[in-house]
Amino acid sequence: MNSPADLKYSDSHEWARLENDGSVTVGITWHAQHLLGDLVYVENPSVGKEFSKGAECGVVESVKAASDIYCPVSGAVVAVNEELSSSPEKINQDPYAAWMFKLKPSNPAELKDLLDAAQYEKLVAENGQ
Amino acid sequence: MPFIPHTEAEVQAMLESIGVSSIEDLFQEIPAKLRQIRLDEVPSGMSEMEIMRLMQERAEINGRSLSFLGAGAYEHHIPAAVWEIATRGEFYSAYTPYQAEASQGTLQVLYEYQTMIASLTGLDATNASLYDGASALAEAVLMAVRLHKSSRRVLMPRTVNPIYRDVVRSIVTNQAIELIEVPYGLETGTTSTEWLEPFEGSDLAALVIPQPNFFGVLEPVDALTRWAQAHGALSIGVVNPVALALVRPPGQWGDSGADIAVGEGQPLGVPLAAGGPYFGFIACKQAHVRQMPGRIVGRTLDATGKPGFTLTLQAREQHIRRSKATSNICTNQGLAVTAATIHMALLGPHGLRSVAAHCHANLLSLLARLDKLKGVARRFSAPVFHEAVLSLPAAAADILAEMRIGGILAGFDLSEHYPELGAAVLTCVTETKTASDFDRYTHSLERAISNVLTITT
Repeated sequence: MNSPADLKYSDSHEWARLENDGSVTVGITWHAQHLLGDLVYVENPSVGKEFSKGAECGVVESVKAASDIYCPVSGAVVAVNEELSSSPEKINQDPYAAWMFKLKPSNPAELKDLLDAAQYEKLVAENGQ
Repeated sequence: MPFIPHTEAEVQAMLESIGVSSIEDLFQEIPAKLRQIRLDEVPSGMSEMEIMRLMQERAEINGRSLSFLGAGAYEHHIPAAVWEIATRGEFYSAYTPYQAEASQGTLQVLYEYQTMIASLTGLDATNASLYDGASALAEAVLMAVRLHKSSRRVLMPRTVNPIYRDVVRSIVTNQAIELIEVPYGLETGTTSTEWLEPFEGSDLAALVIPQPNFFGVLEPVDALTRWAQAHGALSIGVVNPVALALVRPPGQWGDSGADIAVGEGQPLGVPLAAGGPYFGFIACKQAHVRQMPGRIVGRTLDATGKPGFTLTLQAREQHIRRSKATSNICTNQGLAVTAATIHMALLGPHGLRSVAAHCHANLLSLLARLDKLKGVARRFSAPVFHEAVLSLPAAAADILAEMRIGGILAGFDLSEHYPELGAAVLTCVTETKTASDFDRYTHSLERAISNVLTITT
């Protein structure tokens, strides 16, 4: 298990980081990529599209499963990591460097509702996964 | 792969093993009122002898007709070897195999099939078939909407087979997808880009482009494909696989090709039968492959480096992704596809081209004869493949009924689906017809018109 202390986490295994410019960077956790196995495809949302917290906004596909990505906080997509379309394996190599997309949050207070690293690790341990 | 049902002893052993006393117990969670076991309207079973006699009698009612019916299903010569090989024990299953370790032969045939369809359509990727042409078009519409992301509106020309349009409507309308009908030119019988002008500036997911269209007429596919691309819509070709041996494939339409192509596979070695089984094909550009539904066979290397075949890109299919799958296609028309693969392999590219050329030449021969009949005229001016719409001087249903008495199925009555065309039939000619058949058709039509006009005046 590897959960950096400076990130926030959702119970659906996304991580979120509030940047200095007010945007929120989103990716999937080490635990998520470990469960999925070798990733072969990443479907990111389109830039400009708005999502509410918890909405399906992308798909990550491995050799054995395809899983939805849920938006950790409400907001509009301002950037996507284009590198992942040709190199999805970057997520397996370093899930916290290989971000998926950045949001301009419409309600930054929602970040407080997310889990911190210790809470997230506890959640994973309790689920026995 | 053999399919052998379980014996009663095996069923009991399995039930004991999981601690359940009867099969019925496995269905406990289904409410009792839904577990209807009495089917009052279904008659009891018949013996093999009785059913053989019944079916022979039914077949005799059909009789033997000289058929000029097309309208979506086409009579072609099928070499005797096709079904002789397809019905061998090694192939004789409708199932698309999951188990690579037990199904290398079948998987290789399906891979060859995919290669042939990709080659015919000029597109990058295909799957191992869908149910039929109509449901293939519905899958293409769903696929286009998934790919487009922002729009759920699809332009559907009226020159698309009306039965396909009905099927697509049934499948997609409850998924909040809007189908917008596009009119056609009454002179040309084609969908012109001028009819698309009202939709400029609106967000559209896709434009459907039939080639040839339901009237047998060749559409201006380059202009239509370019229009779709210029307006941010995907283009979906609906094509006849035999015609593709002569006309440019969807992969070469416009500047960068159609995005998706679908069609009915029946003309490739599957005999005419009411209700099928037929099969549908679908092909797309590489960039769209992850939204393509159904089974896809891929070639790979095994652990020892030897080439082999296996199902691939399955993570989005129903056995893994359940309700969020790209489709519910699972087992489909594997046997019909096996026959089509053998059919195409026996004909080869030259053979298929020859079939298509004979179809077209034969239609022109028939049309030249009909040209001399008073009151009979080709309805549309645009070039055709192997079907054409004929205007008749009296109600099409009456004339078709007269010709049927003489053993000729002369065409498809268009009055139900296209009342604006008046008395009109869609007539099809394939390579199976000869000069004497055309003479017989011509004389029969002349006599039928005369009889109908005499009765009605």
